[in-house]
Amino acid sequence: MDYTNDPDVKVPLALIVNMPELKENPFRNRIVESFSEDGQGNLSFNDFVDMFSVLSEMAPRELKAIYAFKIYDFNVDNYICKEDLEKTLNKLTKEELTPEEVNLVCEKAIEEADLDGDSKLSFADFENMISRAPDFLSTFHIRI
Amino acid sequence: MEIDAEYDSGSDVDSRRRAKGRNKAKPAARGKKAKPADSEEESEEEEEAPRKRKGRKKKVESEEESEEEQRGRRKKAAASKKKAAAKDDSEEESEEEKGNKRRGGKKGGTKKEKEEENNKEKKGNGKAAGKGGKDKQDEKKNKGKNSSSSDDNSEDESMSEGEMARLKEEVEEKKKLIATLRNKPWRMKRRLKCLKEAQSFVEKFEGALGKGKGRRLYAFKVMMTKKIIKFNRDFENFKTACIPWESRIKEVESHFGSSVASYFIFLRWMYGLNLVLFGFVFGLVVIPEVLMGMPYGSIARKTVPREEQDSAMDFSVLFEFGGYCKYSIMFYGYYNNQRSIGLLQFRLPLSYLLVGVGIFGYSLMVVIRTMARNANEGGDGAEEGAFTFCWKLFTSWDYLIGNPETADNKFASTTTSFKESIVDEQENLKDENVHLRRFLRILANLLILCCLGGSGYLIYYVVKRSQGFAKLDRNELTWLQKNEVEIVMSLLGLVCPPLFEVIAELEDYHPRIALKWQLARIFALFLGNLYTFLFALFDEVNAKLENEKQIRNETIWALKEYYANYTLYHNVTENIPLPNISPADVIRGPCWETEVGIEFVKLTVSDIQVTYLTILIGDFLRAVIVRFLNYCWCWDLEAGFPSYGEFDISGNVLGLIFNQGMIWMGAFYAPGLVGVNVLRLLSSMYYQCWAVMACNVPHERVFKASRSNNFYMGLLLLVLFLSLMPVIYSIMTLPPSFDCGPFSGKDKMYDVIMETIEKDLPPFMADIFSYASNPGLIISAVLLMVLAIYYLNAVSKAYQNANMDLKRKMQMQRDEEKNRRNNKDSTNQVMKDLEDLMPNKSLIPPPLPEETAKPADQLSKSPKVTGKPGAAATGKGVHVQKDVSLAAANPRAPVTRPPGPRPPGHLPGNARGPPPGQGMGRGRGGPPPRR
Repeated sequence: MDYTNDPDVKVPLALIVNMPELKENPFRNRIVESFSEDGQGNLSFNDFVDMFSVLSEMAPRELKAIYAFKIYDFNVDNYICKEDLEKTLNKLTKEELTPEEVNLVCEKAIEEADLDGDSKLSFADFENMISRAPDFLSTFHIRI
Repeated sequence: MEIDAEYDSGSDVDSRRRAKGRNKAKPAARGKKAKPADSEEESEEEEEAPRKRKGRKKKVESEEESEEEQRGRRKKAAASKKKAAAKDDSEEESEEEKGNKRRGGKKGGTKKEKEEENNKEKKGNGKAAGKGGKDKQDEKKNKGKNSSSSDDNSEDESMSEGEMARLKEEVEEKKKLIATLRNKPWRMKRRLKCLKEAQSFVEKFEGALGKGKGRRLYAFKVMMTKKIIKFNRDFENFKTACIPWESRIKEVESHFGSSVASYFIFLRWMYGLNLVLFGFVFGLVVIPEVLMGMPYGSIARKTVPREEQDSAMDFSVLFEFGGYCKYSIMFYGYYNNQRSIGLLQFRLPLSYLLVGVGIFGYSLMVVIRTMARNANEGGDGAEEGAFTFCWKLFTSWDYLIGNPETADNKFASTTTSFKESIVDEQENLKDENVHLRRFLRILANLLILCCLGGSGYLIYYVVKRSQGFAKLDRNELTWLQKNEVEIVMSLLGLVCPPLFEVIAELEDYHPRIALKWQLARIFALFLGNLYTFLFALFDEVNAKLENEKQIRNETIWALKEYYANYTLYHNVTENIPLPNISPADVIRGPCWETEVGIEFVKLTVSDIQVTYLTILIGDFLRAVIVRFLNYCWCWDLEAGFPSYGEFDISGNVLGLIFNQGMIWMGAFYAPGLVGVNVLRLLSSMYYQCWAVMACNVPHERVFKASRSNNFYMGLLLLVLFLSLMPVIYSIMTLPPSFDCGPFSGKDKMYDVIMETIEKDLPPFMADIFSYASNPGLIISAVLLMVLAIYYLNAVSKAYQNANMDLKRKMQMQRDEEKNRRNNKDSTNQVMKDLEDLMPNKSLIPPPLPEETAKPADQLSKSPKVTGKPGAAATGKGVHVQKDVSLAAANPRAPVTRPPGPRPPGHLPGNARGPPPGQGMGRGRGGPPPRR
């Protein structure tokens, strides 16, 4: 690929996902997708820089919260609903919890963070919750 | 769009500068862009918010265009003007535009964010005008195509004072923008563009303002901050790397849960404590004696007696800590009673006593401090319960993980921690038959009390019997009779804990609480162990003391005989040389302290053996059998009967605690014991970690350890206290042996202190001490302490209450917030719509859009009411109206609109004259002309 002559090169998701920083991450596909402009995971150079700038240590909490929300919003409907939570949980635990346990966890999570009672998490709910999480800043970053 | 908005909102001056022709167009743009701009993006996505759209449609159009075109701002501006014009023409058009917007909306999702941020920035900057103004200037200067730009150029050359000041401000703001650019959630392309513009602007004007020096300093600062961050990170890493076994414990924790890990953390803590004790003992007692004391073989107490010398190196003897071991620095008897040794005049006996007592002092202090700290940590978890599952879901994966093994551990630990929380949660959900539960719990406690009482009586009975046996001739006793006590004790230790566990099933407690009960019960059982041990020991010591008295008399008798004979033969009565006997042949007493020390060391060593063998057989062998015999067995060994072992938390913790009690009691009589214990803890850390990972399976219900290990600590404190008493008792009341140890020749051990006070300290110190030991003073001091304790206790109670109050309030607030939102949702359609729009706004503090939206609506209506394009005059009228409508403090930020049409007479220099508020007011007034 000749980047100098053709700066609009896009790197496909499959390549990016295999870089060592992301390889082990259960959310790697979602990360790349949320940072790609087309939503399919094809990253231009700018998108790529964008990704690591958001995931860097220096990025402020609000910025990270926005992208974290995008990442965990699997079906891209701007809400984190129960299916999203289930997906998140299954990725986190490699599907080792029983369906009842998954159900319980998701219900509890929604109950905890849902402020407007629509049984899904809007960004406001999410931000309200994540802004108090003690570990969010320390875990949501990647060093390269 | 956003950019346009900025321009428009930009300083009044700029707007004035621009051609008057524009003025008409601007207001329209403003109206659209002004506040709604924030919400536009949302509206696009969700087409259900009808009210705002009308107002916004126009804005949206302009936005789309800007996005699509993505050309120079000028073009956009022009486009917006055109659009504005179009809007004015007819509303039908606007509806078409809506459609456009929708189409564009999907693409524009990302852009929306940018826009929002833009708006925010403006707000943040406080001076809405700042950026916009700069941008405009940039454009004008760089591109110079606009008719208006020509004006600017001429103005630049003749900058007035005010102009200069403003420019400076703008440059500052640009700089700020450059510094914070990376914090904006824009796409990189946009950031780059922004950055370039800002940079070129700064470059251009910094020269003019004569402050180009800041640059290097800035670069330096940035570099330094980076360096500092890196250093801090390295330092943190270093600190973490310095915590021993952290990764090992993490690994265990990830597979077995925090409850098992809590044992290992406790073990590590214990290791640290013992390391310090080891430092004290070896640094202040053992090493000085080795380096500066008399060498081995020089005096009787440092020599193996003649009759033992043949067998002194036999393994069986050494294994029992006889022979050379007995006469070594490991034990009390080896130390000499010389008042001071070596060049430094080191007071060894004094140091020995102080270290012996200091060990207790230090341990007490550390245990209590740790407990206090743990209690503190446990106390601040007010919000802890609020988002347990959410936080676990969204923050438990560490994005830094790049190593497959670590990742596997992380998966395991996340799963485990979820399971722990689920257990807790299920415990909360469990609905129960209270009466039955209570009855069962009482029953269980009764049963266990019976068990404890029975075993207590059994121990008492056996000990009494063994005392009877002790009076008989040892050779007549059978093996059973000799070892009765030990057998009974170990049988009890073997049978009772599982029995308690079975009984505890009745109670159906949460596993964490059940563990505490189990610990407390087994602890009570083991106390019997301790009691018999001490009982036997004191019997032995008393016997030894008797024996010693006898030997002492005999020695004195022999010495007198020797003197008498000496005078007889040499006819000298003075200066009789001491009898010339090899130190190995000297008659010596039993030296009870060393005996006690040997008892403790033996006990510790046998404990180590038993523990390690149990692990090897009970866990490892079992695991091997289950694993490999499973291939050829008639039922499933892994899932069925023997299965793999679970890690026995309560047994291990108590083993550790009682072992530490032995160390505390024995350290005074056997300084080497601390060293042995350090080795033991070190090896068992590795050994048990391995055993757990290799042979055990996690508990069926993995449960979270209580965050403070204070229950373990409490037990430890109790054991410390129990082991402190016999040692202090022996120091204060029992006479030390006359021929061994650092206190030989004294009536009581603490006489060393008296001696030091008398001989080494100046006389007034002795006075002070004698006053201080006055009962009157001591009693009043004790009284004072009691009062202090009472006071502090009362204070802490008060704080606790306050704490509880605050927690309750926080909870209430949370509930209230939830309720309020819910109510709003159902009652207020407008609010609901707004709320639905919010997610995209993301960066805007929630309350703002709602408040700002209203004024926008009102504004758009108000012009109709007034209906007259009366330029500035109408503007003011509207302004007033707005104030009324908003009543409360109006969020100014989004109102960064271009100023309304203005009388042409304004001079650029005065531009800043009207306060921003007025500018805004006018800006709002703007729309009427269009309609």
